[in-house]
Amino acid sequence: MTTTLVDDRVATKVPTQRPPRTETTSGAKIFNRLAATCMILFALIWLVPFAWALITSFRPDNEITANPTKPWSNHWTFHAYTSVWNAIPIRWWYLNSLIISTLSVIFTVFFCSMVGFALAHLRFRGKGPIMALVIAGLMLPMEALILPQFTEFRELHLLGTYWALVLPNIAAPLAVFVFASFFRGVPVALIEAARLDGASWWRIYSRICMPLCRPAISAVAILTFVTSWNAFLWPLLVLSQTKTQTIPVGLSSLQGGSAIQFAEVMAASVLGIIPLLAVFLIFQRQIQQGVANTGIK
Amino acid sequence: MATTAVATPAARTRAPTRKAAAPSNQNRAGWLFATPFLFVYVAFMIGPVLIGLVMSLFNTATVKSGLGEWVGFSNYSDVLTSSDFWKSMWHSTLFTVLTTPILVLLPLLFAVLTSRIRHGRTFFRLAFFAPYVVPSAAVALIFAWMYAPEIGLLSKVFGWFGLTAPNFLGSTSGGWFAVVLLTVWWTFGFNFILYTAALQEIPEEIYEAAEIDGATPWQQIRMVTVPLLGPTISLVFILQLLASLKVFDQIYLLLQGGPNYTTRPVIEYIYDTGFTSYRGGYAAAATMVYFVTLVLISVAWLVWRRRPSAAENG
Repeated sequence: MTTTLVDDRVATKVPTQRPPRTETTSGAKIFNRLAATCMILFALIWLVPFAWALITSFRPDNEITANPTKPWSNHWTFHAYTSVWNAIPIRWWYLNSLIISTLSVIFTVFFCSMVGFALAHLRFRGKGPIMALVIAGLMLPMEALILPQFTEFRELHLLGTYWALVLPNIAAPLAVFVFASFFRGVPVALIEAARLDGASWWRIYSRICMPLCRPAISAVAILTFVTSWNAFLWPLLVLSQTKTQTIPVGLSSLQGGSAIQFAEVMAASVLGIIPLLAVFLIFQRQIQQGVANTGIK
Repeated sequence: MATTAVATPAARTRAPTRKAAAPSNQNRAGWLFATPFLFVYVAFMIGPVLIGLVMSLFNTATVKSGLGEWVGFSNYSDVLTSSDFWKSMWHSTLFTVLTTPILVLLPLLFAVLTSRIRHGRTFFRLAFFAPYVVPSAAVALIFAWMYAPEIGLLSKVFGWFGLTAPNFLGSTSGGWFAVVLLTVWWTFGFNFILYTAALQEIPEEIYEAAEIDGATPWQQIRMVTVPLLGPTISLVFILQLLASLKVFDQIYLLLQGGPNYTTRPVIEYIYDTGFTSYRGGYAAAATMVYFVTLVLISVAWLVWRRRPSAAENG
């Protein structure tokens, strides 16, 4: 409706307003040029910390001490990387982060999509209260509850295990919301037809609804992966031994260390950034759609 | 249209048989589908709330299991009269006041401006969003190096403009500046993407029409874009407000809440009293006060938002 209205306007106004229109477009052109220049400048500024960490990590220590802010080196070296790789158990941190994030993704996608399906397509007693619980869950600031959460996991004897990190991630009302809203988009006629053909609800969920809602799966999967990979406070409390730590907790132990070897610290940071940055570069479209989908709902 | 016309009679003829059979079958299926999530939800979301509530009424010690003695509401009166608690509440609030306006308005401006550029949108999204996937610990390490007194890049940058850099990591005001700048760089991309997605929903024709009516680019932004983004701005605002009130990582990693606890946020206060001083019951009471504050803010926003939008959209 709005489009046709606008089109009418275009048709009537274009002939009469030709000259002023070109004038505004030239003004608009200058404005857009200016905007583009500003934005390119800011985008480059945004990349400075990355560039700075990278440059520092490849410079030899004595050069950094002599001339800390020189953005160039005469002796580029991998030394910081090899010494970091040998000095800290970063391999273990990678492995722990990978296991925890992967398990979180699998269980979150599985559990949340199932309840999302039930809320979207099944009529059952107690559906209203469950929906209310999910909505209420969106407003619970779980980060505030670390202390009682810690007490609970200690009583369950789960401290120091992967489960202590995976289980709280699975209770994700936002993921349920995303799945439910995507499943509502699946035509009811399709489901009715499958029911008539004798398909079970499980089959409808796994063979019809899930394949049709790949964008929801990738959105939830990627966001769960990123948030569980980057989680800091909870893993800091739960994982006490060096070898069981995740990347963020392990990196934080380098903060304010006594030895001020900037190249090594930056090399460790770069190593900590690389995996997720690679994931981000490969899936950047899905990640951004995922943020948009989960945020706006 | 065609599908509904076909579907309705079919549904109507089946209705009597389905009404009798469906509920029990769907009841069972519904609960089976919901149970795994409900179990985790009750155990690990409702559970901590209840445990916190109970703990706050006892003088629990964090080191040993067991609740300790019943002390009624005395933990709450201790928390509410503790100046350290209120200072930490103020620090979280101050951080929110400092970051929320910047992180609501700056991404809006950047998103609107980049949406007017035809080429290289992917580049902008990459540059602005990439920091969001970096772990807080890595961000803190990089910024600590840039903030290093005398030798850090940012200290030098101040020098180029003939200014003396504040003591980023050693003074209170310098510390706030350092943490806010880090946070803006780190979390900017999330809000930027929310705005960018909303901007793509605005049809091109509206701009064409505005341009034909002689609207300058700035007028288009003010009269067309910003009003249409109203709901998104409101959403970004509340998400940012809650995220800022929950600040912990950056302040803890960069400043350890210092110097002399002058930047310590609430979560770190709970962490310190609960895990360093082992005053579990007291820290649980602080947790509940903080928790309820955050929930009340969400509820207030929801109520406030429901009213005008219900009136507008019918």
